[in-house]
Amino acid sequence: MDILLTLVTGVLVAGASYLMMAGTLVRFLLGLVLISNAVNLIIFVSGRLTYAGPPLIDSASKTVAEGAANSLPQALILTAIVIGFGLFAFTLALSLRAYSQLGTDAADEMREAEPEDRT
Amino acid sequence: MTLLISPIAIPLLTATLCLLLRDSRAAMRVVSLLGTFALAYAGALLYLNVETAGPISAQMGGWDGPFGITLVADLLSATLVMLTGLVGLFVVIFGYSDLTFGEERNGHMVFAQVLLAGVCGAFLAGDLFNLYVWFEVMLIASFGLLVVGGKSIQIDGAVKYVGLNLIATTAMLAGIGLIYGASGGLNLAHLHQLLDGRSGEPAVLMAAALLLFAFATKSAMFPLFFWLPAAYHTPSHTTSTLFAALLTKVGVYTLLRVFTLVFDLQHPLIQSLLWVSGVLTLAVGVFGAIHEVQARRVLAFLVMVSIGIMTLGMAAGDVAALKGTLLYLMQTLIVTAALFMAVGCVAYLSGTERLDEMGGLWRSHPVVGGLFVLVMLGVAGIPPTSGFWPKVVLIDAFASEQHWGLVIAVALGSLGTLYAVMRLFSAAFWQEPKAPLPGLMLDFNRAAPMTALAVLVVGLGVSAEFLIQVADSASASLMDPKLYVERVLGARE
Repeated sequence: MDILLTLVTGVLVAGASYLMMAGTLVRFLLGLVLISNAVNLIIFVSGRLTYAGPPLIDSASKTVAEGAANSLPQALILTAIVIGFGLFAFTLALSLRAYSQLGTDAADEMREAEPEDRT
Repeated sequence: MTLLISPIAIPLLTATLCLLLRDSRAAMRVVSLLGTFALAYAGALLYLNVETAGPISAQMGGWDGPFGITLVADLLSATLVMLTGLVGLFVVIFGYSDLTFGEERNGHMVFAQVLLAGVCGAFLAGDLFNLYVWFEVMLIASFGLLVVGGKSIQIDGAVKYVGLNLIATTAMLAGIGLIYGASGGLNLAHLHQLLDGRSGEPAVLMAAALLLFAFATKSAMFPLFFWLPAAYHTPSHTTSTLFAALLTKVGVYTLLRVFTLVFDLQHPLIQSLLWVSGVLTLAVGVFGAIHEVQARRVLAFLVMVSIGIMTLGMAAGDVAALKGTLLYLMQTLIVTAALFMAVGCVAYLSGTERLDEMGGLWRSHPVVGGLFVLVMLGVAGIPPTSGFWPKVVLIDAFASEQHWGLVIAVALGSLGTLYAVMRLFSAAFWQEPKAPLPGLMLDFNRAAPMTALAVLVVGLGVSAEFLIQVADSASASLMDPKLYVERVLGARE
């Protein structure tokens, strides 16, 4: 299972890199979604994949029962998903604004901030 | 506990209040001034406390370290929080005159406060994932600040800034995942114990590489700097000042913190990377600053020069070089803010930011010129300003370890910086203006913070013992973090 997930991560990162280097904003965004999922998988595998009970704490004790799953990676991934979603929403809005205001979605053609002709 | 939470809670609270009061410009201004003042005050209290009692830590959420969310302040982070509050205060006042109505209405002050919270959070974070969260807080606030004006040039700059920074945070998260997989911990002090003697393992080195990539992007090191000169000249001067003073410095701070506490800064692979990257950052910064004709783009490259010098200090990696690096880090926060603010004033008075269109300000504004010279000396590192001492300490440290290449690099870098700022000065003040000047005078809101920062630049140079002592004990505790670890994890026993 670890091997399979590692391979999936590799494929996701490869696809994401290809999309992100394509030079247009929409593909960059799609690449960003893929790569953040790849990173979530990295955290997931880092937490070790085990068959274990749900990490629930009964009201009498303060820690999880013996043999429960590691809940920390889940918490980390959840946080990362929430943050990633927020950033993705912002970037999507920014891309739309850039496209309507600058008239292009190719990063190379956006030369307002760094004009090629300095004079 | 309160001491550690307040530098994060105060700006977040101020941001919330600003958001609620966004219909009244005056109310927003008063609230953000009071909030930033409170932040500077809280930072000073934190500094005084840490200076006498040593590092302090607190565990959030009722879980003891290393499992709880740790906030920790040692001398370095406390001093940086204090300086952040101080710079924030000056920037808020400067913004009163510099910001347009639209920018204030669209929430500049809200984002600025969130940015301050993110910066202070990153300085105080005691575990890696918490650090990541504060980085994201900082990042989203800086996105907002960049686009709040809505001009085409700002949108363009923001696209590049956002894209490259998102790649960096993704790499950071992947690195954090790997380090968790390799060690089972995330708390910095805990990782220090877990990874003791394991710094050469492939998994650890891989995580180190990803985090180095992330922090190097944040601090705009070669070859990951492209977002900085693409974006720093596009927003309002207020925003540029805030970014230039704080953002890259957070990158350098986290690099120093994580690579002394968790990884081994003196690992030959990391050393050689920093060596090459430092020299090239310095070179790109100097040549860019000499080549550019737009005032704030010159400054953007000058920020890179300072990053290059600090990278070289980290590349040497011994205690004396780290002392110089920390000293440079603390004073460059003030000097960079002063420089960006001074150029903001000059651009306002000349009505343009292009060097070839400026000129003639010496005749009409000799006082501004005098202050500009002080700031300029601070950037180039010439006595009696604060920029002088870190270079002395660094060059002394390099020379005693016979790193002659680094000595030459820093010396040439300083020379190039001096040339770049002189070019800026002579363009703005001495050359004949192409068009008649707009005939404006500096108002209090612009003049006061700029003067205060220029005085600080000289003051921290004349009475340099203050920062030198901080750098001395902070670098010693970076290299030997026993007390830090004890204060974080020992809270249990």
